[in-house]
Amino acid sequence: MSEATLAGLAATFALTSIMAIGGANAVVPDIHRQVVDVYGWMDGATFAQLFAIAQVAPGPNVLIVSLIGWKVAGWAGLAVATLAMIAPSSLIAFAAGRGLSNRANAPWVKAAKAGLAPIAVGLIAASGFVMARAADTSPALGAATLGAAALVYFSRANPLWAIAAAAIAAIGLARAGIAL
Amino acid sequence: MPDGRAVTPRDLFAGFARIGLLGFGGVAAVARHVIVEERRWLDDRDYAAVLGVGQVLPGANTVNAAAMIGDRFCGVRGAIAAILGLMAAPLAVLIAVAALYDQFGDLPDAAAALKGAAAAAAGLVIGTALKMARNLTPGVGAILAGLAAFAAAAVFALPLIWTVALLAPASIAAAAYVGRRA
Repeated sequence: MSEATLAGLAATFALTSIMAIGGANAVVPDIHRQVVDVYGWMDGATFAQLFAIAQVAPGPNVLIVSLIGWKVAGWAGLAVATLAMIAPSSLIAFAAGRGLSNRANAPWVKAAKAGLAPIAVGLIAASGFVMARAADTSPALGAATLGAAALVYFSRANPLWAIAAAAIAAIGLARAGIAL
Repeated sequence: MPDGRAVTPRDLFAGFARIGLLGFGGVAAVARHVIVEERRWLDDRDYAAVLGVGQVLPGANTVNAAAMIGDRFCGVRGAIAAILGLMAAPLAVLIAVAALYDQFGDLPDAAAALKGAAAAAAGLVIGTALKMARNLTPGVGAILAGLAAFAAAAVFALPLIWTVALLAPASIAAAAYVGRRA
């Protein structure tokens, strides 16, 4: 680990923080692009696994960034990445909370909401697509992706069931000698 | 407050820690439950207003809500306490899980389980996006903006800053134009 790595983490995630329209899941493709393609901190398979661990554990989705920092540069990396991802957007929210709390129904806030919502949806869909492309190395895993998407879309069940079912099924298939 | 007691930074830390630890697969649903029903910090209307402001801002929605709600009760200290509560406990769990994986990830069963979990996790995100799309106000501008954002990120892998800098002003302007004519 070097100071240059920590500076890279800080710069990457501070910029990502202020562009994260739609939250952390919307910026996963861009984080993937920077972490894997631009900086070469890890390969795509490792990234997909960290993403899965972050989804399995409780807490806000933004914790994927903490995990990446930890993987790249240990505890210092975790602290730097988390702070860089949280602080800029939180400062903006803090200021906005003081300035905008009575203007949630102002026309321009409504327009901003209506204009940003479809971008957030497009970015989150892209995240799922990019992660599926990395994770689905076999037809069985593709089926797990489709099944989990269907569960979320058609039911209100806890999404953790989909993850647990897919993990158990994958163990079964692997033990039966089917390549994943 | 229902019990007539002022909300302290410690309360905020504890409440948001509960949200973080109970929030499997995203914290939005459990956040509303704890903030509105359990602790009664805000009523549904106030909470919707906080979330509404949070939606037009960058960053994780619940983290933004923590900053705003913490500030409302205890100023800067409250905001910091709420964000720390939301992040710290789940972070400890996450590191424990990751360390376990580092230790046992080479076992065939663990590797297979994580492959399955990764595939399902991608599906959860796709399902969430589809569900959100169902709730959008339909319109040519919204469809174009959504498709353009998807293509820029998933197909062309453009840096996000270009996508946001170009699409956000155009999409907001289109929404404002439609809103004025409606």
